[in-house]
Amino acid sequence: MGPPELNQVPSRYETALRATGALALLLFATGCNRGVLNPIGPVAAQEKQILINSTAIMLAIIIPTMIATVAVAWWFRRSNSKASYRPDWEYSGAIEMVVWAIPALTIMLLGGIAWIGSHDLEPSKPLASKVAPLKVDVVSLDWKWLFIYPDQGVATVNQLVVPAGTPVSFRLTSATVWNSFFVPQMGTMIYTMPRMTTRLNLQADRPGTYNGLSSHFSGDGFPGMQFEVQALPPAQFATWAQGAHGQRTALDGRGFAELSKPSSYVRPMTYGAVAPGLFDAIVAGRAPQLHQPQAAPPARQASAVPPGG
Amino acid sequence: MTTVSEAPAVGLTHQGSEDTGLGHRGPASKSIVVPYGFWLFILSDMVLFSALFATYASLVHATDGGPITNQLFDRKLVAIETLALLLSSFVCGLAMITAKRRNMLWTQGWLLLTGLLGLVFLSIELFEFGKMIGEGAGPQRSAFLSSFFTLVGCHGAHVTAGLLWLGTMMAQIWTKGFRQDIMRRLLCYSVFWHALDIIWVAIFTIVYLIGTLP
Amino acid sequence: MFGRLTWDAVPFNQPIPLITSLVVILALGAVAIWVTRIRAWPYLWHEYITSTDHKRIGIMYIVLALVMLVRGFSDAIMMRAQQSLAIGASQGYLPPEHYDQIFSAHGTIMIFFVAMPFVIGFMNFVVPLQLGVRDVAFPTMNNVSFWLTASGVLLVNLSLFLGEFARTGWLGFPPLSEKAFSPGVGVDYYLVALQISGVGTVLTAVNFVTTILKTRAPGMSYLRMPVFCWTSLASNLLILAAFPVLTVTLALLMLDRYLGFHFFTNDGGGNSMLYMNLIWIWGHPEVYILILPAFGIYSEVVSTFSGKPLFGYRSMVFATLAICVLSFTVWLHHFFTMGAGADVNAVFGIASMLIGIPTGVKIYNWLFTMYGGRVRFNVPMYYAVGFMLTFVVGGLTGVLLAIPPVDFIVHNSLFLVAHFHQVIIGGVVFALMAGYTYWFPKAFGFTLDERLGKAVFWCWFIGFHLAFMPLYVLGFWGATRRMQHIPDPTWAPWLNIAFVGAAIIGLGIVLTVVQLLYSIRTRDRRRDITGDPWDGRTLEWLTLSPPPHYNFAVLPDVHGEEAYWTRKQTAIKEERLIDEPNYQPIEMPLNTPVGIICAFFASVCGFAVIWYIWWLAILGLIGAFAIFVWYAWRDEHEHIIPVEEVRANARERRRIRMEHLHELSQSV
Repeated sequence: MGPPELNQVPSRYETALRATGALALLLFATGCNRGVLNPIGPVAAQEKQILINSTAIMLAIIIPTMIATVAVAWWFRRSNSKASYRPDWEYSGAIEMVVWAIPALTIMLLGGIAWIGSHDLEPSKPLASKVAPLKVDVVSLDWKWLFIYPDQGVATVNQLVVPAGTPVSFRLTSATVWNSFFVPQMGTMIYTMPRMTTRLNLQADRPGTYNGLSSHFSGDGFPGMQFEVQALPPAQFATWAQGAHGQRTALDGRGFAELSKPSSYVRPMTYGAVAPGLFDAIVAGRAPQLHQPQAAPPARQASAVPPGG
Repeated sequence: MTTVSEAPAVGLTHQGSEDTGLGHRGPASKSIVVPYGFWLFILSDMVLFSALFATYASLVHATDGGPITNQLFDRKLVAIETLALLLSSFVCGLAMITAKRRNMLWTQGWLLLTGLLGLVFLSIELFEFGKMIGEGAGPQRSAFLSSFFTLVGCHGAHVTAGLLWLGTMMAQIWTKGFRQDIMRRLLCYSVFWHALDIIWVAIFTIVYLIGTLP
Repeated sequence: MFGRLTWDAVPFNQPIPLITSLVVILALGAVAIWVTRIRAWPYLWHEYITSTDHKRIGIMYIVLALVMLVRGFSDAIMMRAQQSLAIGASQGYLPPEHYDQIFSAHGTIMIFFVAMPFVIGFMNFVVPLQLGVRDVAFPTMNNVSFWLTASGVLLVNLSLFLGEFARTGWLGFPPLSEKAFSPGVGVDYYLVALQISGVGTVLTAVNFVTTILKTRAPGMSYLRMPVFCWTSLASNLLILAAFPVLTVTLALLMLDRYLGFHFFTNDGGGNSMLYMNLIWIWGHPEVYILILPAFGIYSEVVSTFSGKPLFGYRSMVFATLAICVLSFTVWLHHFFTMGAGADVNAVFGIASMLIGIPTGVKIYNWLFTMYGGRVRFNVPMYYAVGFMLTFVVGGLTGVLLAIPPVDFIVHNSLFLVAHFHQVIIGGVVFALMAGYTYWFPKAFGFTLDERLGKAVFWCWFIGFHLAFMPLYVLGFWGATRRMQHIPDPTWAPWLNIAFVGAAIIGLGIVLTVVQLLYSIRTRDRRRDITGDPWDGRTLEWLTLSPPPHYNFAVLPDVHGEEAYWTRKQTAIKEERLIDEPNYQPIEMPLNTPVGIICAFFASVCGFAVIWYIWWLAILGLIGAFAIFVWYAWRDEHEHIIPVEEVRANARERRRIRMEHLHELSQSV
């Protein structure tokens, strides 16, 4: 219980802190151009801005606090005879006021950002644009994504094709369990829930290929729910939609029943025709599905279909 | 030397006291501590029922095309079972009075009546449940019915547990008399039984009365 | 006859659970044989298993937690290994149906069977001593609470040998956890284990709220209670108010699964959003149940090792109660992305930030406690300062997540995973390790080895940062949680750093065991002779280490804040102890087997319910009721410790104290 070699303690702390700080800086510096930090649409861009602003505001408080913590701990170490020992100092009204005020003011500022940001970026709010939005109906299945384009009369699986610079207005649901539709570079994610419809509005400003995924665990085939977003120049999008019509596979009742069989890591595919009202039927629970509840529960449930290569 | 029952919660000797407000006399006695703890448990049970009430309120309209409240509830039956339960509580109170006076015969009598009235309540409830299930309005029919059967059934399960406890208390009093620790348990029992009354008042208001409004 | 239990339930065709099961069975068998050979069963039975002594029960809770820490950590390192291996074309070594059980078990075990028992163990050991009383308000119920928790532990671990565990995450969201999508026994193991241990937890809360509010030493008014007791009070009030909601929520899911009800199903009008709301109304207070006592531990440690009273005691009390109340107003921030609308999201976002205010105040108060002090850097102080640096960053990421538009892009990602591990490890785990070191001598009469203790700290501090900082980056890159397979090979370096971090934490856990064994073997070098090895300020340091069964010969008379500190300073100055009091015989509660027997029947009933063996379930219920009745027939509740024994122990304590009076002071 004797005192440790106290002159070594601060330098050990300092070294550790410096090393950690350098590593952190390195980590964060190299992380800057990917995912949500590389937005390609107005929603994601605004969200990134809020993220950065809020972090900066809080760092302005937290970094001095951390420095003060280390400084105070080091200066008032027992072996430092220069530090004054004030064993009865346990209250100061002025300090109390300040320590309540600092977090309170910070939170007031961030609260304002939260209020305004929540309203500006409400997922169901249509995006301001001169262009009419593209409508896409999204259905999460076990374990792939179905995208129906009601105005174009086609559908795709695990591939979302949109025109660049055009807002996309989504209606989303799930045929089975909860999932979450998420394209990091486009911004906001939203849950997909069976028998319910959620709404989302996003836009890809420039053409390109972007990653999409499900961000809510949905079972054994969950890791295979990656999908691809292709943003095409508007003219090319129109061409694509016309070409998609030529696909022989139709997403009718039988086609949907086939599709809803459990499968994962499904390759992108396109349907040339979609049964009218399919999305509403899925939301109402009236669409034919082959994933039925099992009668006699086994001791261990069967695993998902193993992924294709 | 202090007796077992009147001793404070855990063995105590103390000297000196200044008036510092609450806590200045040291640990409270068992006759305070035990009911206090039991009241805390009752509070947690009330939270349990609030969660069930919240569930009921969320799902009361989720009838999936099946039976709704107006079609199912019989106000007359509910009135009778309510009367039985409230009377049961009243009689329980009488039992506490005669127990304080250490009157074995009357105490056992009132306790027996408490139990019988509780059984009347349960029988009517089971009858009601059976009737609904027979009509195809069982808990598996819809979310509303699931929440009805669970809320009302949970109260019924508490009543059943209370009757088992009552039987045990009656046997204890009979074999051991009105010992201090037995009296504390009887007090806790009566708090439990009265609390079930309070929950029932909430149930028949929210479920049955509001549910059978025209 | 045996419900759905068949030979299929044994994992013959799954090497990892099979080998683990065999190893665990062999290890348990070896321990049982060893205990038999050293004839320790009667000792264990009388001194621990049937004990109603809060100190013994606290130790049992902590032993349980440490053992389960090993299990929970094994799950963690397996997950890290899988994520480092299963990249691109490789599927790693864990198929999804196995990986999904591992992450579900990891979360369930760490929260319910490591963090909760560890925190409750400390509250058990410390609170009655700090309040200056002999035991909790309901000692027998305390014993029952422990064994019900142990029953939950048993059932969760049984799922490794028989059947499977849930594959739904640690909260089991429907519809995935409904029968239609999880027909196996896994979710049932999860539900039953938590229901049984949940009963134990609520009983603990009843016990501690009563103890703190109604049984304190004479003169100890509310504002003279140590801060750890205040935080324990707040935590137990939260348990009392929140756990019944968990009980209901899990019960509703059980009704859906067992009886075909429609609370959360896709058909019949069920509403899975209701589960989200209910489970998080419990879930958010739960994390405050864990962190508040941790804050209490830091308050004790920082003030003791700074040689100063805690700065702003009343402010700390107020902040604690504010956090207690506010924790019930924020639950929706766990599902901002469910689409509740801008107003609702914004209100809950702001409410979530408000909790940051009292928390920030606490950090500053600890800072000012050190200011003007004489800080001694023993191991607990390392954890305290490490906490202050780590937790504030976790708070920053938490406030970020509380802003709905930010949450919209990082919800459920590895950023979230890094955030909650930062606050739980930096906040709760560091406190538990600090408390373990701080109160170990009080429990066992000797301190732990300091050098090994510091090594353990650095393993946790460095290991934590290496394991979780990369996850913040990956979260920004779009990595979501619970992935059995990694789609993007460029994530590999970060995941590998994370794996190294996890391995360093593992080293820390190993060193903790080494430290314990080494400290036991060399305990004579570090005996706690006086009972006050740290120059403490609260009443537990008044007793010898370990304290006698009844804690205090005479309940201390409390005259001001920091009762023990004032008394000690006076004794040192005047070079004498207080006048010898008038000793009396002491009544203490009897031991009881009720707890372990009740838990046995609860386990039998629980197991039977899981496997649909209805006749056995009914037998279990009858057994549990029977033991309750048997206990009710007990006529003797207490035994008496004769005044001669009390006097002899007390005089020994006074002699030692007088002899070592000047060693008690370390700040000067």
